[in-house]
Amino acid sequence: MVTLYINGKKHTIDADPEMPLLWAIRDIIGLTGTKYGCGKGLCGSCKVLLDGSPVQSCILPISSVEGKQITTIEGSSKNLDLLKEAWVELNVPQCGFCQPGQLIAAAALLDTNDTPTDEDINEAMVGNICRCGTYQRIKNAIHKTVELKKQR
Amino acid sequence: MSTIKNLSRRSFVKSVGLASGGLILACNTSIFSDNNEEKNNVYFNPNLFVQLNSDGNLILIASRSEMGNGVRTSLTSIIADEMEADWNKVTVKQATGDTKYGDQNTDGSRSVRYLYDTMREMGATAKAMLILAAAKKWQVSPEECSAKNHFIIHSSGKKIAFGDLVTIAKTIKVPTEIKLKPTQNFNYIGKYLRSVDAEDYVNGTAIFGLDKRIDNMKFVAIARCPVTFGAVKSFDKSAALKITGVEDVIEIPRIEKPFGSLGGVAVIATNTWAAFKGKEALKITWNYGENKAYNSDEYMKQITQNVHKQGKVVKDHGNVNNAFKNAYKTTESTFQLPHLVHAPMEVPNAVAWVQEDSCEVWAPTQAPQTTRKDIVSYLQTTEDKVTVNVTFLGGGFGRKSKPDYVLEAVIVSQKIKAPVQVVWTREDDIKHSYYHTTSAQYLKGAIDEKGNVVGWLHRFALPSIVSTFQSGVDYAAGFEISSASNIPFDIDNMKVEVGKAPAHVRIGWLRSVINIPHGFSVNVFADELAYLAKKDPLEFRLNLIGKDRIEDTKNPIKYNTARLKNVLRIAAKNAQWGKELPEGHAYGLAVQHSFYTYVASIVEVSLENEKVKVHNIYTAIDCGTVINKNTVIAQMEGAAVFGMSLAYYGKITAKNGAIEQNNYHDYKMIRMNNAPKVHVEIVDSTENPTGVGEPGVPVIAPAIVNALFKITGKRYYNLPLSEYNLV
Repeated sequence: MVTLYINGKKHTIDADPEMPLLWAIRDIIGLTGTKYGCGKGLCGSCKVLLDGSPVQSCILPISSVEGKQITTIEGSSKNLDLLKEAWVELNVPQCGFCQPGQLIAAAALLDTNDTPTDEDINEAMVGNICRCGTYQRIKNAIHKTVELKKQR
Repeated sequence: MSTIKNLSRRSFVKSVGLASGGLILACNTSIFSDNNEEKNNVYFNPNLFVQLNSDGNLILIASRSEMGNGVRTSLTSIIADEMEADWNKVTVKQATGDTKYGDQNTDGSRSVRYLYDTMREMGATAKAMLILAAAKKWQVSPEECSAKNHFIIHSSGKKIAFGDLVTIAKTIKVPTEIKLKPTQNFNYIGKYLRSVDAEDYVNGTAIFGLDKRIDNMKFVAIARCPVTFGAVKSFDKSAALKITGVEDVIEIPRIEKPFGSLGGVAVIATNTWAAFKGKEALKITWNYGENKAYNSDEYMKQITQNVHKQGKVVKDHGNVNNAFKNAYKTTESTFQLPHLVHAPMEVPNAVAWVQEDSCEVWAPTQAPQTTRKDIVSYLQTTEDKVTVNVTFLGGGFGRKSKPDYVLEAVIVSQKIKAPVQVVWTREDDIKHSYYHTTSAQYLKGAIDEKGNVVGWLHRFALPSIVSTFQSGVDYAAGFEISSASNIPFDIDNMKVEVGKAPAHVRIGWLRSVINIPHGFSVNVFADELAYLAKKDPLEFRLNLIGKDRIEDTKNPIKYNTARLKNVLRIAAKNAQWGKELPEGHAYGLAVQHSFYTYVASIVEVSLENEKVKVHNIYTAIDCGTVINKNTVIAQMEGAAVFGMSLAYYGKITAKNGAIEQNNYHDYKMIRMNNAPKVHVEIVDSTENPTGVGEPGVPVIAPAIVNALFKITGKRYYNLPLSEYNLV
């Protein structure tokens, strides 16, 4: 039995300790917002926050995350909620599949950097592929979120 | 001005493209007849695409697949606009795969092109009937009534909500003649709408194929032969069965159809990870078959030889040989482009549940009717027993037009008598796709003393998409020729030839298809001729396109050279072509007509530490009437990145028949740090709507190569640029 804390909720699951967190979240716990894209930590579709840091859940065994706080796209934080708002306003998603991972990466950036530059954004987001090519809108939406934060 | 449409059954049938039995107007059944919740509501259902509930909620059907193309928003906004509906009261429902909806193939950049008129008619019919209903209720003439923002309004000022008219509207006969609203009164068409699905995307609640869950569903991974059409000789499943969560291992057959399953060994498990691990633990001996001889490097040499000699002549006007003989100068170049793969972020996958007397699937598919037909054929059943639910697609790009992965799920579900989800690994996706063709092209051009192009020879050899559908097809088909033979250059002597190129992998269409190789070679070679003529590439290209004219094609949508030159001029104006750029920066241009749409891009490129850097892309698009500007701009932004990915990295190779690439580390994509700034201008137009999803792609790679020539003095005839250590 492995105990996981996801979006503030405790889940005790019967699964192989070597199972990557991604599959525990998707197939055992049933939260499907976190996506499989590559299985090798190459594309960022599976990103979640682990004690506030962005990690690729497809290569992280559940045994290594026991007792830690995990936030998925279904979760909530001030930055994540504002980012979602900006994402919708700028109509960022095309197919939408990679966007949960993009939003998690962006939330992690804003959690440590209130006013990221384009270079900061490049660095924080380089691990996330968007095959539809929404990068320009993602960048604009992150800047937009900074503006929204100032207004509230 | 209003357009009056006669809505005889025949014209409807024609406009929706139904072969027979046009049900669209006559339909009195709910679009959701199997949904009990809907049954208990009172609703008005004038046609297949519109359902108005008595609470005012309006359910509109999207018959095409949503894969980032924005089609669920664009198609339904057309209905809502004609209906004078309140967009905030609209809910979009996805159609299942069913011929009653007409063509549902979401490919060829044609959803809006095909359905614009029909969707307007659907909305206008509903509106007309609501007006008649209100007139009946008020005992007034319908002429005195109009519709606005979900209300019918009488000239006296009294009004009634759409929802309150449902009961009477159900009794109104479908009119045979309707008025379409004047285009200047559009509320939504031509404006900027956000995706109706944006919230679901950002909250993680959009259900893609991979996210579909049903009770007791098994997860399945399949090992397929590394060589196309190879077969299982024998396998040892003992190690796989020892993995926790693996329940069974079975062999599945190859179905010899264009979109049939490849066959292989399926691992059935309680979760995806166990299925993947089980698949890795299989020990399989394969009969590789004749495609084992396929080595893409060797193959490139062969097809290159085939374009260095005369091929089959497919266009010949004037006398190219004389032109070359009498020319002031000539030049010739050879282009080599590799296979590409779509690699959408969501891998191929499908959920299927085959029961005693029914089959239901949930799949991210661009071709729901083909999917249904292939399942019917495999199960030897009838269409009414098979339901194909279309989920969101995590990218398609043509890959999900080929539902081989759905058939796999059906086969496994039938064999194990349980609902299953087949999930491809990323490696499966890269290694077992329907690949974009590989090509060799040879171009020779001649100019006179004034720098005018007087001769143009284009030879190309590429395995045809048709080879996937028919054996023995070794030459490009007509639709793979026209983008070379119908180029709108005003040249007296022009010849196009095709060379032999048999296929050794499954060849399929990928976003913008044949326009990738032809758009590349033609745009790069035209630029090369400009330099040979010592002319500015922009002025040279405008002259090469020549005077304004309609190219004589058989297509109903004409090829207008004035529109082609216009997009080039707009892109140049926005880029301020000719201005002084920062040191080391250069502009390159390309212009392409594809899917009836005109696109030009000018890219600003520099070399940073000897690596390509694309700073800005100025794109102009003329796609006729625009439905949603937000989507058109997004598609151009995305196409720029898609075009850059193939220019930088796109290369699939085969060794001994097996694809050598694996995942995003060796089949790379443009990422945030290399993303350009894309500046899009849409030409204001009242012409018929044309394609948007694909036409932004083909201009990007040649424009980059043309800019690089200005910087380095070298022409990069082959892609990707990683081969030249430029990325």
